[in-house]
Amino acid sequence: MTDMPGTIEAEKSRDIRKRWLLSLPALLIILLASTGPLLIVLVYSFLTPGPYGDVQWLPSLEGWIGVVMEKDIFDGTFSLADAHVSIFMRSVMLSLATTVLTLLVGFPTAYFIATRPEKTRELWLFLITIPFWTNLLIRTFAILEIIRNEGLINGLMLKFGLISKPVQMLFTDGAILTGMVYVYLPLMVLPLYASMEKLDFRLVEAAYDLYATPFRVLRKIIFPLVKPGVIAGSILVFIPALGAYVTPSILGGGKNMMLGNLIELQFGQGRNWPLGAALSITLMLIVMAALLVYVRNAGSQGSRHG
Amino acid sequence: MAELNAVEIRQVSKIFGFGEFAFAAVDNTSVSIRQNEFFTLLGPSGCGKTTLLRLIAGFEYPTSGEIMLNGENIAAMPPFKRPINTVFQSYALFPHMTVAENIGFGLTMLGKPKQEIKDRVDDMLKLVRMEALAGRRTSQISGGQQQRVALARALAPQPKVLLLDEPLSALDYKLRKDMQIELKRLQAETGITFIFVTHDQEEALTMSDRIAVMSSGKILQVGNPREIYDAPADRFVADFIGETNFLKGRISSVTGGIADVDTPVAGRISATMPQDFHAEGEVTVVLRPEHATLCPPDRAVANQMTGTLENVVYFGTDTHYHVRLSDGETLFTLREQNKPLQSARFNQGDTVGIALEANAARVLRN
Repeated sequence: MTDMPGTIEAEKSRDIRKRWLLSLPALLIILLASTGPLLIVLVYSFLTPGPYGDVQWLPSLEGWIGVVMEKDIFDGTFSLADAHVSIFMRSVMLSLATTVLTLLVGFPTAYFIATRPEKTRELWLFLITIPFWTNLLIRTFAILEIIRNEGLINGLMLKFGLISKPVQMLFTDGAILTGMVYVYLPLMVLPLYASMEKLDFRLVEAAYDLYATPFRVLRKIIFPLVKPGVIAGSILVFIPALGAYVTPSILGGGKNMMLGNLIELQFGQGRNWPLGAALSITLMLIVMAALLVYVRNAGSQGSRHG
Repeated sequence: MAELNAVEIRQVSKIFGFGEFAFAAVDNTSVSIRQNEFFTLLGPSGCGKTTLLRLIAGFEYPTSGEIMLNGENIAAMPPFKRPINTVFQSYALFPHMTVAENIGFGLTMLGKPKQEIKDRVDDMLKLVRMEALAGRRTSQISGGQQQRVALARALAPQPKVLLLDEPLSALDYKLRKDMQIELKRLQAETGITFIFVTHDQEEALTMSDRIAVMSSGKILQVGNPREIYDAPADRFVADFIGETNFLKGRISSVTGGIADVDTPVAGRISATMPQDFHAEGEVTVVLRPEHATLCPPDRAVANQMTGTLENVVYFGTDTHYHVRLSDGETLFTLREQNKPLQSARFNQGDTVGIALEANAARVLRN
């Protein structure tokens, strides 16, 4: 009976239907949680802002124009929005600096953990992940407490007579950078550790044996072999750093804004949802472009060697 | 002027751990390795042979003692400054480089000119017969080929001494035999001093100019393969190198280096005394399995023993017989070469006699 072509086809189509049914939960989640909201943001960016937030369903390009241009409220002419451009620049520069600094600090940290005896490695990893359990706000306020004018560092330096009046550290780009490096460091250490743990340290010995100095062993053997970890860590740090909101808003005050704060401003006090939506998509595009350039560069270097 | 030794280990100790956990992997050991010699460190796992090799390579620093390379103390020198290269047990080839890049790595690190590196890499590829695979990744070649690349990589910088840490243990039997011959050829062609670590006594006997037998961090005997096999210094060496039968007995008289030893199982045996060795009373006599043959129990031969044949093991080239001697305790092993079309002369359970060849027995130095 089963070799009748009709039956086989019916069986096949029922099978396909069943497969669709089974994958429905996953498809729903993807649609509702990922693609759907993105589509809403995309649509909102082409609408007109409502007077008290929200949007009016009138198509408009002003949201997108507002990303880089500024409309003069008196004569209605457009000029380059210096504030926005500088916020874009600051965001990208600070995120890059955060990535580089976490890499510089995280690399030796991960190497240290990976070279410990197997039993103690878990303890070190545990210590690295502990800050994750504390609320981000609390961690950020802790940094604020340390670097503010009446804070720990200034207090100690004043007491020992190293300075005569407090050094302004809070509300600077440096403060934001410090905060972000601290917050994102585990995101760099963990993928770095994951690839260093797989590193065969006998290769390091072999390189020492073949006249490579410690620095050259690092450059010629260790670094190329843990590159996947470096790439993963950099991506994991750079992306959230670019959209960071809490850290720059607390440590940067109102004046040293990053993209995240600018977007928040448009949805909040600015009451310009289309502009906020356009800025959000711009942020996404920057991230995608950066990723593309980075992965392509790293990838082509990798294929030349390993 | 006597030629300088290539490597000289002077009272070297390496102690791992502290306090009650302290453990001497190498225990106050001294040995000299001559120029252009194929020298083997032989011993069971955990005897300290690999630690001694790592001390010479510089991966470990001795707790005490001196390591001389051509008369210069290198004990505290880091590995990248020592003109010594290593072939690792795991090969440790760099996976992100090609075969040629692997071989050229040492020369690149030494800052040699590009053309010189290229020529030398080509020479090395030819030496180990790997010309066709120069551009391959190390993951794309077989175990035997990886072995050759590891050798070429270590030989390329023309080291004063080449260290080989059980390099053949991962290869199958046939390939191992081929590589043994290959290694001897390379050593002869390059004229470099080879220090070879192995736990395989057959490998040691067939390849080495001289062998050092190690146990518990100490060197028990140094000598050429024939000395080590024929005149083992003590019970450990005799037992570790080849199969050996031990018979207890009492010396009754000694004349011209030959002792008459009365044994409970075999009567009076004449056994060679080690040089400069004097003993009276209880001694142990050693007998190699191939220096005895089975015979019918009633035939009268000098040094005859009788016993029950417990086990017959066929090995292709020869057959091993295990005989329970008349005292009921000692198990005597002997080995006979198989002749064409010859079936087993004795069967399990037979009562057999054992005839010893002349000069086969040897008194063991205690």
